Amino acid sequence: MTEPNGNRDGLRIIGVPRRRVDARAKVTGQTRFADDIFLPRMAHCKLLRSPHPHARIRKIDASRALAHPGVYLVLTGKDVPIAYGILPVSQDEQALCVDRVRHVGDPVAAIIAREELIAFEAMDLVHVEYEILPTISSPAEALATPEPRIHDYGDAGNIHKRVALAFGDVQQGFAEADEIFEDVFFYQGSTHLPLEQHAAVAVKDPDGKLTLWSSTQTPHYLHRALAQVLEMPAAHIRVIATPNGGGFGGKSDPFNHEIVVAKAALILDRPVKICLTREEVFYCHRGRHPVLMKWKTGVKKDGTITGVHLQTLIDGGAYGSYGVASTFYTGALATTTYHIPRYRFEGCRTFTNKPPCGPKRGHGTPQPRFGQEVQLDKIAEKLAIDPAELRLRIAESSDTVTANFLRLGTVHLTECIRRVVQVSGWNERFRKLPEGRGVGLACSAYLTGAGLPIYWNKMPHSGVQLKLDRGGGVTLFCGATEIGQGSDDVLAGIVAEVLGIEVFDIRVYTGDTDLGPVDLGSYSSRVTLMAGNAAIQAAERAKALLAEAASERLASPKEQLRFGAGRVFDSAAPEKSITFPEAVCLAEARFGTIGTVGSYTPPKSPALYKGGGVGPSPTYSYSAAVVEVLVDPVTGWITVPKVWIAHDIGRALNPTLARGQVEGSVYMGLGEALMEEQEFRRLPKKLSHALVHKFPSILEYKSPTSLDMPDIVTEFIEEPDPRGPFGAKEVGQGPLLPIMPAVANAVYDAVGVRIDEVPITPEKIVKALAEKRAGRARHFGPAAFPQVAWPEALRVPPPWEGGDGNAVNQVSRRSSSGAATKQVLHP
Amino acid sequence: MNLIPIESQKTSQIRLTLNGEEVDVSFAPYKTLLEVLREDLGHTGTKHGCELGECGACAVLLDGKPVLSCLVLALECDTKNVLTVEGLGADGSLHPLQDAFADLGAAQCGYCTPAILVTAKALLDRNPSPTRNQIREAISGTLCRCTGYLQIFEAVEAAVLKIAEQRKQQ
Repeated sequence: MTEPNGNRDGLRIIGVPRRRVDARAKVTGQTRFADDIFLPRMAHCKLLRSPHPHARIRKIDASRALAHPGVYLVLTGKDVPIAYGILPVSQDEQALCVDRVRHVGDPVAAIIAREELIAFEAMDLVHVEYEILPTISSPAEALATPEPRIHDYGDAGNIHKRVALAFGDVQQGFAEADEIFEDVFFYQGSTHLPLEQHAAVAVKDPDGKLTLWSSTQTPHYLHRALAQVLEMPAAHIRVIATPNGGGFGGKSDPFNHEIVVAKAALILDRPVKICLTREEVFYCHRGRHPVLMKWKTGVKKDGTITGVHLQTLIDGGAYGSYGVASTFYTGALATTTYHIPRYRFEGCRTFTNKPPCGPKRGHGTPQPRFGQEVQLDKIAEKLAIDPAELRLRIAESSDTVTANFLRLGTVHLTECIRRVVQVSGWNERFRKLPEGRGVGLACSAYLTGAGLPIYWNKMPHSGVQLKLDRGGGVTLFCGATEIGQGSDDVLAGIVAEVLGIEVFDIRVYTGDTDLGPVDLGSYSSRVTLMAGNAAIQAAERAKALLAEAASERLASPKEQLRFGAGRVFDSAAPEKSITFPEAVCLAEARFGTIGTVGSYTPPKSPALYKGGGVGPSPTYSYSAAVVEVLVDPVTGWITVPKVWIAHDIGRALNPTLARGQVEGSVYMGLGEALMEEQEFRRLPKKLSHALVHKFPSILEYKSPTSLDMPDIVTEFIEEPDPRGPFGAKEVGQGPLLPIMPAVANAVYDAVGVRIDEVPITPEKIVKALAEKRAGRARHFGPAAFPQVAWPEALRVPPPWEGGDGNAVNQVSRRSSSGAATKQVLHP
Repeated sequence: MNLIPIESQKTSQIRLTLNGEEVDVSFAPYKTLLEVLREDLGHTGTKHGCELGECGACAVLLDGKPVLSCLVLALECDTKNVLTVEGLGADGSLHPLQDAFADLGAAQCGYCTPAILVTAKALLDRNPSPTRNQIREAISGTLCRCTGYLQIFEAVEAAVLKIAEQRKQQ
């Protein structure tokens, strides 16, 4: 794959900053998002949503709405009763609630009318009788209130999922420690806030099949959910993921509104569109889980970790969503950055009457990472070791298998730390800046694609199909979904590089279940590595056919042929060459129509124990960040003037886009660190006392603007990982993770108070400063971790204790759940 | 409660200059400029993220000044001059701002891009050499959740240089 006149590895396109393939469409307003689709005879849909956080539906009378002029159809729960959900283990959603609503915003009826406004008016004409049920607003309440249950399934009462895993004897680890640290942290929930509101358009095709356009990150999973709920063969359904106007994980579930418009289009035989209001987007949510956690860490005097015990209590909201995976994720990646010889993890996700939480950028890992990195800062101070030096001592290295059997790929964490220390002037700044000014450091790791699919199967995770045209054009088909991250560009760049043609010679058709082979979707930072490797395989196969045919024409051995500058030439005699289109024609004459496929399946994970399916990845990215803060000691006001971040990316395929992913991650991390909160409140007693979203609007849900953004210095550590396409690892999520703890650590450096929760607001700093002045704990954060009836842990000896990845004991999934067990077994 | 439906009769009519071209359009009187642009004039380049004046995604230039088109009644725009992202380029070429945004990673998902582009154009029209802080200030009314804004600032700065160069050559 080496061509002359390229970058350091002879590459012409890969690694060179470049205008992305879809840039022109975006800057001219021609990118067609879901709500930009207008079809003849198109009807509009509105969802009537519950005003109550928890209630039984006694009766729905839609007759007046149906009689409203311009209303075509009203659907209620009985019209689409089949349950669905993104995970096979939590099929707990219905497109329209049948007998129970579980959060404010849960939809109970759909009105389809000629105009959106008519549908909106008719919402008032649907009469719903509710029987109000008690509301659960927090995990603590959920633990204390097993009845009434929000769902009739789960591990006990209102506990959705409880997990316990023990990798070695952590008590032994603590016994060997010189110091033991125990801290409780709270990480507040936040939402994705993509600028594009979710939208979908469904149409019954002229031949009677169904097509759905939607702003979804996971068209393949949506395809399956539609087939299930509509009871149609998947072969008769086409899902087209329109380019997403931002996703960040918030468009990864199959959604009720998608199913509703599909059903309505089939009934009405006319196109039906829905576009959610911003308020409704807050109710879709699936955002960051609020997590209360306890980190107990034993260390030797030199900083060596002897054991870690992590407990997480997770506010899941009203439905399962990705929650079972999220629960495991709050524990799974804790072992990927620093060597932890013994590790115990317990996680508990509860249902509450709030919009469901799910995957947001970093999925379940930013919360524990915050606790881990803030606690390391405390450890470093106590042991009188520089925080960077401490991390360098304990950093994991390449090709390690961790205590919980994650096989790490290349690990350049130490290089990240060294680089960020160097460019930030860490040694001249840390603990040396004047009062009110400080720097903090933190690190992280993240998956380059989930090692297992959402539903169990042995098929590839990504496929690419190429069609080569006689004119030299190459058309690429892939299920990958463009959500702004640049996945179309990655695929086009890779194929152009392999075939020695220009990116502009390639047409990319993605996110369409009819046209392209399956790609599981834009989540878990999987697309570059998985679809990218599939694209390489497809392109190499095409190249082999072309080389075979060209070798005959040029009378050169095919091993000697090179592809570059739109030509196929003999590397020993470059004047012997043909154009790329000529090579395609020769190959077509010889082999018939030229089309090739490629696919990618992740390697098998050594984590064979139950629960080991969450965490494995072909390889992991690493980041280290230094954040500088200015804190006003009177008002607690925080500003962030500068962030330095180094990211172990393997190789930046298009550095312009890679940098954008890092800066976007830093931005989103700062939002979570400083201001973003998915908050709820109870209405006054004299009203309904209902639990409602505190501010389902962009104005009140604070997020950073252009005025808030610091300067960012981004450094890439580019040591290609053989597992990635051209050595690339992920960059879309990992760089977010170190930001929140780095801010907290910087605040401590600036004013000497620990804020052990996010967001870190001026109010909390002022309170902590008052405590400090009063001579009490220089600290703001949760006081204690509540009692949770943990199940018996699944015991998996780590590799260095002779473990083979299997558990050595058998645990009934619902053991030790006390009185609630019966209710679970007999719901 | 007996509601009388608001029919979508296109009882209102205005004439405006849209991207340099005079157009007549009929629409229901309650419609905003955003809705009329997208639904009645087929100009879907202008986006919406809240329809409440909070996100800034729907910015267009009304007589050269950035406005949030979700907060402007279309009826108010009779005889006015409206510029949207579709009208930025000229003679088949992209505006220097568009080129710079495309080249420098200033558009990721592209959803806020039309609004930021026209807002930046309004800035450069009245201030051909803005400082970074002036750029920050000018576009602060539109949220971008993807980029972290820095590549947007750089793209505006690159366009400033290019426009100055073009002026010199003329």
